Amino acid sequence: MARTQVVTGQVEDLHLVGLTKRFGTMTAVDALDLTIPAGSFFALLGPSGCGKTTTLRMVAGLEDPTEGAILIGEQDVTQLRPYQRPVNTVFQSYALFPHLDIFENVAFGLRRRGIKDVKKPVEDMLELVELGAMARRKPGQLSGGQQQRVAVARALINQPDVLLLDEPLGALDLKLRRQMQIELKRIQTEVGITFVHVTHDQEEAMTMADTVAVMNNGRIEQMGSPVDIYENPRTAFVANFLGQSNLLPGQVVGREDGVTVISAHNATFRIPTARVATDGDSVVVGVRPEKVTVRAKDRAGDLSGRNVLEGVVTDASFTGLSTQYLVRTAWGQELQVFSQNLSADDIVRLGDDVVVSWDPIHSFGLDGASDLHAGMDKELLALQSGDEPAQVG
Amino acid sequence: MSTPTVDRAVAPFDPRDHVAKKPGAVVRGLRWVREHIIGIAAVLALFYLFLPIAIVVIFSFNKPVGRQNVAWNEFSLDAWTNICRDPTICESVGVSLQIAFVATIIATLLGTLISFALVRHRFRGRTATNLLIFLPMATPEVVLGASLLALFLNLGAPLGFGTILIAHVMFCISFVVVTVKARLAGLDPRLEQAAMDLYADERSTFRYVTLPLVLPGIISAGLLAFSLSFDDFIITNFNNGTLVTFPLYVWGAAQRGIPPQVNVIGSLMFFGALAIVVIAQIVGAARRKK
Repeated sequence: MARTQVVTGQVEDLHLVGLTKRFGTMTAVDALDLTIPAGSFFALLGPSGCGKTTTLRMVAGLEDPTEGAILIGEQDVTQLRPYQRPVNTVFQSYALFPHLDIFENVAFGLRRRGIKDVKKPVEDMLELVELGAMARRKPGQLSGGQQQRVAVARALINQPDVLLLDEPLGALDLKLRRQMQIELKRIQTEVGITFVHVTHDQEEAMTMADTVAVMNNGRIEQMGSPVDIYENPRTAFVANFLGQSNLLPGQVVGREDGVTVISAHNATFRIPTARVATDGDSVVVGVRPEKVTVRAKDRAGDLSGRNVLEGVVTDASFTGLSTQYLVRTAWGQELQVFSQNLSADDIVRLGDDVVVSWDPIHSFGLDGASDLHAGMDKELLALQSGDEPAQVG
Repeated sequence: MSTPTVDRAVAPFDPRDHVAKKPGAVVRGLRWVREHIIGIAAVLALFYLFLPIAIVVIFSFNKPVGRQNVAWNEFSLDAWTNICRDPTICESVGVSLQIAFVATIIATLLGTLISFALVRHRFRGRTATNLLIFLPMATPEVVLGASLLALFLNLGAPLGFGTILIAHVMFCISFVVVTVKARLAGLDPRLEQAAMDLYADERSTFRYVTLPLVLPGIISAGLLAFSLSFDDFIITNFNNGTLVTFPLYVWGAAQRGIPPQVNVIGSLMFFGALAIVVIAQIVGAARRKK
């Protein structure tokens, strides 16, 4: 993807070259090759145990890579101690020094580098995170959100080339998390430092980052802008982990004019060939639940040119701005449909025979050998089909 | 729309008519006891604990008849104004203070280093060390004292200051290790990682983060070691040679009658310890307020 990058000052790109970490026989990070452009807000997204935190700790110098190298600009920092790297970390659960007040916590990095006059920069930094009044409090006297901002200030004041954030919002409640997401994004835009943000929260990654890398089993599954990877998932893991997807395994029956035609369960589906991630004949048809419309069978209207399936509504939950349906097909698969509440006429009821349809340009095709449950939320999985045993990654 | 009219023969239910009567005096008394039982038990327990100390303090002001200071005769400040009338008392206190001071420093230093090794490093024999360090606490002091004496005699070591010191360092180390280890185990390793991340090298990390956080544990370990060493009688009794520490003096004096000066020294020690605790509390409160 072409991205315009505003590079401020001397901030440098971060390069990971064949970065590998093995713990015994377990490979946590598997030959990672990655360039994170200077000044970008980069999210490493993945489930717990996917290697994202290990990657971050290797960049910080807190973990030694088994193989590979870490470069900042043209400098290889792989062998440097943590305190020799132009990198600072915002730790999960913050790790503020409990015996020092907020001012001294923030001043810590400056003092260790022998900077004498810390008053002004510390006060400016506390102002940036709106904690000027708290300078003489101890960390234990602050709320979770305030501690989080101290942790950010303590790292940022050193003007690192790269700021690493390890699940920084994990300990906050939902409302505060939303607020801090916006806050962090604002600070990043203001200071122009490269942020590398590790999280398992897909919504958080998409809201904040301009580039998201979805990680699984020590590898990057897919990388791109949030819109790009949401709309064009290339693997079942990405399709399921980032939002939700309906996936139907099928066979290619024709390719013409940039459209691939796939047959599954006696129905045919059309997908723009550019959105099919495989050249093979076995393809999984995918579509996001909000791209699908559901109509009662007897008033379906003109569906020509659309991908169509029939089924019965087995669940309908009204959530205010949308209604979420489960539609059971003739072969027992349950499709998810998110329907905006535009008019009362559109509402279908539990047990109705319905037609679900979607525009072919919203379909995507995945490799037919994919594990259809990869990256799926465990709870959702249990909620959905009870008949299919499933493996959760 | 018409408002419904209430037209009933029976008066409507009024909850105010059904409020229970205030309970009687007996019930209220029992309730008071139930609510304050923990406080009452605490006062009784404290009374039980402090009674002997109170006796020691009170009898330091006694002018005993004869040798035994057990029956109240009359109030006197003689013992307080003339503590060193029997010079061997003050000598023995001096010996005990010297031994406690040196033993505390050595035991705290070694014990702290051992704790760091046990908590921070994985090495061959770590589990065994963990177990062995507990042994002196679990072994009866008589056994420790007797075996140390056997050892010193076999080595031909002259009994005295040196042998007492070695014995005290040995049993104090266990307590230091246990105390410091607990503090160290509760220390989040991420704090040190955060310090390293913030440009503190290994030495600065120890100086500015690790040590200040572990220091309260080290200090309390030191105080514990000091008081254990100062009042040890059993082990010292085996290994003292001719040197007399304060506990040994008291034991010896008990045969002939303990002079009230011993009560004075006991009271001084008690109030000294009390003063340290009160000052620590005040300083702590002031620091928290800041």
